[in-house]
This record gives sequence, structure tokens and C-alpha cells, in this order.
Amino acid sequence: MTSIADQPGVPATTAAGISRRGALLGAAVGTLALAGRSAHAQGAGQKPAEIKVGIATYLSGPASVFGVPGRQAAEMLFDEINAEGGIAGVKVRPIFVDEGPGVDHFMGEYRRLVQNEDVAIIFSAISSADCLACAPLADEMKRPTLLWDCGTQRVFEDGRYQYAFRTQANATPEVLSALLYLLKVKPDFRSIAVVNQDYAWGRDSWEIFRTGLNALKPGVRVAAELFPRFGATDFSTEITRLLALRPEVILSTSWGGDLDALIRQAAERKLFERSTFLMPLAESSLERVGKALPAGHLIGARGDHWFLHPSPRDPAQLARFTENYRKRFNNWPIYPCHHMFQAVSAMKTAYAKAIAAKNGGWPNDSELAAAFRGLEFPSLTSSVTIREDGQGLENQIMGTTHHSDRYPFAVMTDMMVFPAAQVTAPVGQKSTEWLKTLKPELLTQLPATAPFR
Amino acid sequence: MGWLSENGLLLGLAALDGLAYAASVFMVAVGLNLVFGVMRVLNVAHGSFYAIGAYTAASIGLAIAAAGLPSWLSLPALLVAAALVGLVLGPPIERLLLRRVEGQEPVLQLLVTFALFMILEDVQKLIWGVQPVSYDTPLKLLGTVDVPFGEDVIPFTAYQLYVLPGIAILTLVGLAWFLRRTLTGRIIVAVTTDREAATAMGINAARVTMLTFTCGTALAALGGALAVPTTAMVPGIGASTIVLSFAVVATAGLGQIEGAAVSALLIGLGRSFAVYFEPELEVVVPYLIMVAVLLLRPQGLFGVAETRRI
Repeated sequence: MTSIADQPGVPATTAAGISRRGALLGAAVGTLALAGRSAHAQGAGQKPAEIKVGIATYLSGPASVFGVPGRQAAEMLFDEINAEGGIAGVKVRPIFVDEGPGVDHFMGEYRRLVQNEDVAIIFSAISSADCLACAPLADEMKRPTLLWDCGTQRVFEDGRYQYAFRTQANATPEVLSALLYLLKVKPDFRSIAVVNQDYAWGRDSWEIFRTGLNALKPGVRVAAELFPRFGATDFSTEITRLLALRPEVILSTSWGGDLDALIRQAAERKLFERSTFLMPLAESSLERVGKALPAGHLIGARGDHWFLHPSPRDPAQLARFTENYRKRFNNWPIYPCHHMFQAVSAMKTAYAKAIAAKNGGWPNDSELAAAFRGLEFPSLTSSVTIREDGQGLENQIMGTTHHSDRYPFAVMTDMMVFPAAQVTAPVGQKSTEWLKTLKPELLTQLPATAPFR
Repeated sequence: MGWLSENGLLLGLAALDGLAYAASVFMVAVGLNLVFGVMRVLNVAHGSFYAIGAYTAASIGLAIAAAGLPSWLSLPALLVAAALVGLVLGPPIERLLLRRVEGQEPVLQLLVTFALFMILEDVQKLIWGVQPVSYDTPLKLLGTVDVPFGEDVIPFTAYQLYVLPGIAILTLVGLAWFLRRTLTGRIIVAVTTDREAATAMGINAARVTMLTFTCGTALAALGGALAVPTTAMVPGIGASTIVLSFAVVATAGLGQIEGAAVSALLIGLGRSFAVYFEPELEVVVPYLIMVAVLLLRPQGLFGVAETRRI
């Protein structure tokens, strides 16, 4: 008598009573399948048919203002790699997943990318919460993971990982460079107010800023600490309050639609005429708000990337990237596009390094992961080095808004490019403690400014 | 008294801000309440109509500017956008979707309207993309008004100070007049009160429902269109709007038009005072007010308690 499980094409799970032969066959097939997976995962030195890259980004929700440009940049860069023959002759294929539904969903997606899609490497993520969640998962699943855009400094200050690396800076240098720039260009200010989004980044960035401010210029009066709802559309009450308080400086690390709305409403109600704004993420809003953002305010770009960088490493490459992106997507590339470039650049450089270390052999997961540690790779404006703790060292640019006839939006002048080592907490130190040790003498060692040309 | 004399001027400023905020919240909540009053459907997709109204108003306004037409047309364009969204989306959604779940379990209605919300969110992204969309010509057109503040002056936009509260008051008065003084309005009230009896009297309840839903959709779209000059539209704006609208509607009592105005005012002023005097509470104040009201009056400020039917 033949059991159901012996019949070809019928899954064993449908068998009400599985035979011993069927069970043995199933076990053998399963073992072979696992062995094959294991051979791939550990690397048999054979080139794969393609390199699949899982990319976590925001395709829905408010943060898709960053996520979609990031995806667009990835599509363009992957096309360029494939047009040039791929990485060591192997084509690359991105598989995008949406961070929009939240951390729990993202964790499932991460596992799916590794277990079902069998991606070689994962770029993850924009959300700091997703990065904090996926770094331990990268080690658990032993899959090289590049934290390509998230800001939280806690990932590599609170943990050590073998498979997770960040290809850009973190919140500390991004906020500290803004503070240093403010202290340089407006050293005599005595009062400040903050308008940040009410979520982790808004709160954490203010904490970093305030800790640094207390160390470098104690005694500044904090006129107001305002944390409107994340995704707020109406800032009129906050603006009225600030108009009445007249702080000399207003800090806002907001981004996306929130920042656009704040800038437009503040401009309409002449708040820019009463206070100097300091906005470390405003580069990403410049094109959208146009000349509603007046000249004379201080802005940053979460890195040293800016299409009018005063001294890019390879001006032709920066111009080519900018033009290609503009032609294809009809927008100027903003910082997530540059962060995506950096992740792709790190991947290419790490593969080259790992293949060379293996004398031309194809690296397995752990060999590829090892290649990222200490890796120096080119960005569009300079280069980034991944430290021994996995954190990327990336320079930071800050500038003052300036109106030029050549662009329909504000651009930066009096630009200052802060060396990464100067504004990043050293390996093994927590940012909040390190910031307390900063001395006002630091202000005498700042880089020179470069004008808009 | 000492505190009041010290902060009297600030309270005045806060009241002006709160009034404008209440006006914009009311515009969205009143449509939601109208639809619930007639159809007994809590429409989650109402937030999408708000967002689509805003995007449509921005698109029409930008088209007016691109065509070189006079900028004053940007003001009526806001109303045109709302009417357009109401007429294009309202009837087909009511006819093809909501009518099929009318009288069904509230959970099913919520799920269906939530599914619609998700679909419309993606439609927005397909049409307008994910980058924030702004259109501030109406704001610029009307300029600013200097409000005295001690020896200082605080500039407010005329749009915020006059247009938003003005349109909200007109909507409230107009709706009350329409529902109580016109034949169509009385028919709507009749259907709301007792659909079966109204139908027995020869009223086409299905048509009334469609008309009401179209009006509700247009009101949500008008809320979005009026918001677009002062804000930036981004994906997800509909979700945050609907959550706040639910708070207003729950505070007011489901189906209560005037109640929506009072609760919007309470929430608007409460949020505004929080920004001035206790900023940490800004985000939670609307929900604190809602909880406080529901603890004292579970049916809402203006809701009527219903006897449970066994």
C-alpha cells in the first residue's frame, strides 16, 4: 500500500500518517537543502549568479521624503554598477523593503530578506529604532548589514557587533558641528529656544546640543523648549510664542514636511527677522521651500555632502551624480541620496578588499563583514572611514543661507567643513559623557570658512 | 490675580492661536460628525479626503500660477478644490462601498473604511509623490496684521486671524441653517432621526445618504484645502488628522454639529494654552480633554444617552 506522502508532488505536511520511508526521504532532502544553504552562506569561493542587496527604507509615511530619494539613488547607482559589469563581474540586484509599518514589521522583513531572499548584504535603515533593532539581528543571522542613514549614536556606543557597520556619521557630530558653527559665527548670543519634533530624534538631538552648549558656552538662557507633535502641520502657536519671547537663536532639528511648514510659517510671520535659525537638517528642505528661507540663517546637511561643496574630492564625479539624479528624477539630490551613495561605495570597496584578501576568491559572509572594519571608501565629497567599533567617520558641513540668482532656493555660503575626528566621540566613549569634557579652546581650532562661488 | 495680570497679554495671544487652530480642526471634524449622524458609519477614510482636498487645492493653485492667471483666484480655488473632491469621490464611494456595509457591524464598517483609507493613501502617493507639497499664495496675498503685545507687536497672518475662523463660523451657521430651515436639510434630519419612518413617508433615504456623504467628503476636503496655505502636505497627514478629528467628535458626542464646534474650541484653546504655559503637555492636551469629558459624560458633551435595547 502506498501512503499519501510517497506520492510525488504532495507535501509531506498533508499526509495524515507519514511513512518511515517518507520521513527519511524528507529528512535527507531537508539536510541537503540546509547543506546547500550553508555552503552558500559560508561561501564556497564561487561567484554567485548575482548579489542580492536588501535595502530597508521608508516608502510610506512622513519619512518617505527621505526614503524615496534614497531608493531612487539606489536604483540609479545599481543600474550604473550593472552597466559597468557589476561587482567583480557579478550583477547586483536591490530588494527594497518598507520601514513604514514599524519596528516589529521591519524585524520580520529583515529575517525574510536573509532566510527567503538570501540577500548577501543589507542596507538598513533610516529609522534609529530599526537600526537599534537590526544590529544584534545582523550578528545573530551573520549577515553583513550597513546602517546607511539612521542617526542614533547609541548603536555602537552601547554595543559591539561583528556584522553591523555604519557608513556615515551619527547624531553627535551632526549636532555638535551645528553648535560649533553657531558659536563661531554668532559667539555673543545669550538666549536660545528649541522647536523640535516630539520623538526620539527631536529629544536626543536637543540633549546632545544642550550638553555641548553647557560645556562650551555655559550660562546661555533657554527661552523655550517646544516639542510639537511629530507630523504637526500648524506651528502658529509656537511661532507666536517665539515672536513674544524674542530668543536670539532658534534651534530646530526638524525635517520633512514639519520643517517645510515651520520655515514657511515663520517666514510669513517675520520670525526670521527677529531670531537666527539654526537648522542642521535644512539642506533637505531647501529646494522645496525656495526663497521662503531667507539669507543669514545657519543650516547643515547631516554630513559633508552638498552639491556645491567648496572642495569636493572629485568635482567631476559629484557634478555627474548630481546631474544624472536631476535628469532622472527631476529633483536635486538631498542627503539620503548621498548616504545611499556611501553605502553602495562601501559595499563595492569592501567586496574589492575581501576578494583581494582571498586572492580572487569570492568572500563568504564573515570575510565580507571583516572587510568593512577599518575600511576607507570614497564619498561624493570626501571619504569615510569605518572605525574598529563599526562607526563611520564622516566630515560635517555647515553654512549660512545665501540667495543667488543662479538657484531658485537658498544655498550655503561661509561653509565650514568639520573634520570627522574633531566632532565624533572617540571609540569607547559615550557621547553624552564626551561632550561634557569639551573645552572652549576647541573653538580656536575650527576650520576656515569658504564662500559660495 | 497676580498671575493673571502678568500673563493676561500672553493669554490673549494664546486665545488667538487657539481660535485659528480650533477653526481648522472643526472643519474636518464637522464632516466626520455629519456623516456619522446620518449614516452611523465612523469613516476612517475621512482623513484621506482631507489630504486629497489639500493636494488638489495645491495643484489647482499651482496650475493657476503656471497659467499666469491673477493670484486672487487662489482663494476661490480652495473652495473649488473641496467641491471637486466631494463630487468626484463622494458619490461613487458611497454607492459602491459604504452602502454595502450600511447597518452592518461597526467593526466591519471600520475595517472597510480603513481599507479605503489605505488605498487612498497609495493613490495620493501615485499622483503627488512623497515630497512635501506646499502652496502659500493665499497666505501671501492677504499679508499680516500686527497685534499689539505690550510695547511690542506680534505679526499674525490675516489668513489665520480672519479667513480660517470666518469660514469655520460660516460653515457652522450655514450647516445649522441648512439642516433646520431648508426642506432638504429637514429631510436629512428626518432620515437621521428615523430612517424607516422617513422612507415610509416617501423620502428617498438612499439619495439623502449619498448627498450627506458627498457634503461630508467636501467638508473634509475643504479642511485640507484651507490648511494647505499654512502647512506642507506629506504622506501620512491624513492619519494624524483623522486621529485628532476622532478626539473632537468623541468629545462632542457622535453626530453633534454644534458640539463639534464647542469641542474643537476647547481642544484648540487647550492646546494653545499648553504651548504657552506647559509645552510638554501640548501633544496630549486634546486627548486629556477628551478623557476628562468622557469620564464625566460618556456620551460626549452634546451626545444623548441611549437606552440599551435588549
